[in-house]
Amino acid sequence: MKIILNGEPHSLDGPTPVARLIAELKLKPNRVAVEINQTVVPKADYEHAIINEGDHVEVVNFVGGG
Amino acid sequence: MHDDKFELGGRAFKSRLIVGTGKYRDFDETRQAVEASGAEIVTVAVRRVNITDRKRENLLDYLDPQRFMILPNTAGCYTAEEAIRTSRLARETGVSDFVKLEVIGDQQTLFPDVPATIEAARVLVKEGFKVMPYITDDPVTCLRLAELGCVAVMPLAAPIGSGLGIRNPYNLRIILEQAKVPVVVDAGVGTASDAAQAMELGCDAVLMNTAIAGAREPIAMAHAMRMAVEAGRIAYLAGRIERKLYATASSPLSGLIE
Repeated sequence: MKIILNGEPHSLDGPTPVARLIAELKLKPNRVAVEINQTVVPKADYEHAIINEGDHVEVVNFVGGG
Repeated sequence: MHDDKFELGGRAFKSRLIVGTGKYRDFDETRQAVEASGAEIVTVAVRRVNITDRKRENLLDYLDPQRFMILPNTAGCYTAEEAIRTSRLARETGVSDFVKLEVIGDQQTLFPDVPATIEAARVLVKEGFKVMPYITDDPVTCLRLAELGCVAVMPLAAPIGSGLGIRNPYNLRIILEQAKVPVVVDAGVGTASDAAQAMELGCDAVLMNTAIAGAREPIAMAHAMRMAVEAGRIAYLAGRIERKLYATASSPLSGLIE
């Protein structure tokens, strides 16, 4: 299944909960935030929010800035 | 003066220096500069995670959110929509409901898009964000932003990263006279005297990044800024003398030898 992850094509086995994507990317859930198709996914929903074919997913964190 | 606290959105801070975390050589230098500045509030940017390099360290591993108030910014946003999306993402990381709202109107000057900033502020305040807008040093715009519920207004002293210092102290004075929320000078500070001047004018705090990170010795400059902000604040509270055109002697005029 193809999705767009942070602007690049990315493959997943099938519909995937946000929590699993974060684990697969080896990210700490409390250091990132996730958007699916421009809607923020609340942290409490990471287990239930499913990423589907063609979804545009953004995973962001904090970097140095002024 | 010992109890002089900087209150912001229901929280109290001892330090009146807010520092950015951009442009440092590495996270270790960032941490050292922040320590030397004495800042309790640090700004950060929201950016895509680098998917291909997953071992990369995270800024928050160097700046403990339990110890520092993390102030996410919406730097790089050119529309109200982008700034609102970025703010929502920032809040969902779970470390802060404060946001340094920036909606940029022009790439060369990085001056704010005033109508778009007001539009975004209105939405974000309604959603419960504690909004701190980076804005032009225009008194009426600052009034409007305070009226619609921003927890502070952050007029620029000069263009971001320019180091030109306070270009319009008279506008700042008007903003300060009318302000019902804290006024933070954001952007344009070049060196310690600029920061001291902002505080002497009566600003509640100063926010800077490039002036420290871009200095030849960032950690020493962070220390200088800490002292400048403290000195300027104390001078403001102590009340400076009037400016006079002619001299007034400091030594007694009587008792001179004849």
